[in-house]
Amino acid sequence: MMSLRQFAKHLVVLVGLTALPMLSNAGDLGPVVPKAKENASEKTKCIRPVTEMRKNHMEFLKHKRDETMREGVRTKADSLVECIDCHVTPNEKGEYARIGEDGHFCSSCHNYAAVNIDCFDCHSDLPEDAAKHLHTLNKKNPHHKDMTANGSLTKENLEVLTEGGNQ
Amino acid sequence: MSPKHSDKNTNEYRRKFLAQSAAVAGLAIAPGIVLNQVAHAKADADKVTGSTRWGMLIDTNKCSKGCTDCVTACSDENGWGGTNSSETHSSKEQQAQWIRKVTITDKQTGHVQSLPLMCQHCETAPCVDVCPTGASMKRKDGIVLVDKHICIGCRYCMMACPYKARSFIHEKLELQKNNAPRGIGTVESCTMCTHRVDKGNDPACVEACSKAEHGAMIFGDLKDANSAISIELKKHGGEQIRADLGLNTGVRYQGL
Repeated sequence: MMSLRQFAKHLVVLVGLTALPMLSNAGDLGPVVPKAKENASEKTKCIRPVTEMRKNHMEFLKHKRDETMREGVRTKADSLVECIDCHVTPNEKGEYARIGEDGHFCSSCHNYAAVNIDCFDCHSDLPEDAAKHLHTLNKKNPHHKDMTANGSLTKENLEVLTEGGNQ
Repeated sequence: MSPKHSDKNTNEYRRKFLAQSAAVAGLAIAPGIVLNQVAHAKADADKVTGSTRWGMLIDTNKCSKGCTDCVTACSDENGWGGTNSSETHSSKEQQAQWIRKVTITDKQTGHVQSLPLMCQHCETAPCVDVCPTGASMKRKDGIVLVDKHICIGCRYCMMACPYKARSFIHEKLELQKNNAPRGIGTVESCTMCTHRVDKGNDPACVEACSKAEHGAMIFGDLKDANSAISIELKKHGGEQIRADLGLNTGVRYQGL
């Protein structure tokens, strides 16, 4: 039988261990999720509350994908293209992170939670206008993966390279 | 009357009203010019219905022999071929081709014709019949598509298609067009530009053909007796390629 003193000791250790991650969570262990476009995150909120989206976004996307793919419904809500358009934003240097990199909106959480997604095997991971610059660049260099690795080319650089702007 | 029923009626009423007012607006903008965009506009929230069947009519006599504008336009719109340079490890035969120009020669007369060939959007599509997962499917409005979400890449549909219209993606792609998702391990083909058609526009190839002033391609609703395509088909007829297969194709040809 465990004495009362021993029990109290165990209890203290147990409570301590449980509290430890809670305390440290207040630090920076969680995923850093990039901000959406300013107008969406500040003025007009996301189409649903963040908590609901975090939990159920996959269900919304799956429901919409069948409606669009099979029935031709083209509304903007729950469209993956619209999500990407708003949520995948350049960092302060104007660089776009690609899928798989922590800086990408989807990957920031999916990397953290170690949940693999295959949406971007087929779908573009960038908003249309951001992808256009990379498209133009690719024509000159088919080794696209090297060029865009780690999002190391800024939008400005791309414009210079693709449109032969001022050097 | 159930609320669902009355909703449907309201929607129908709205659609009619919108179509009428749009037609009036079209007349007001430019008398004498038919805005065919107006004719097949659908609200974004509307589902496609079986009261429409999209089709295409191609006049091979108007189709210019050296011209590949329809192919280029399709590639640009949907991001295959030269437009997406990430399909680099596949051989030319393996690379996707949604639409191709075909030259046919009559051996007896020596008459040479050139025509674009793509998915013929069959009513009884063999690709849909053979698909083991239901990924190869036909929309209610007659457009035949691959649902890549459930395609397992078995390629039965490619073997079943008499028109060799489908391609398989062998490698990891990136930077696809946002409107035309396509990727490794799935089969793809002409979508008749569903994303454009659902917004009331013509497919990219048809638009390019009229822009090149050839006007060899007409797109429209085969079930609407007053559409340009139906009127032309009634007047001059149109043939199916391999009509003997009885597939009732949505793409028809003149001058074959």
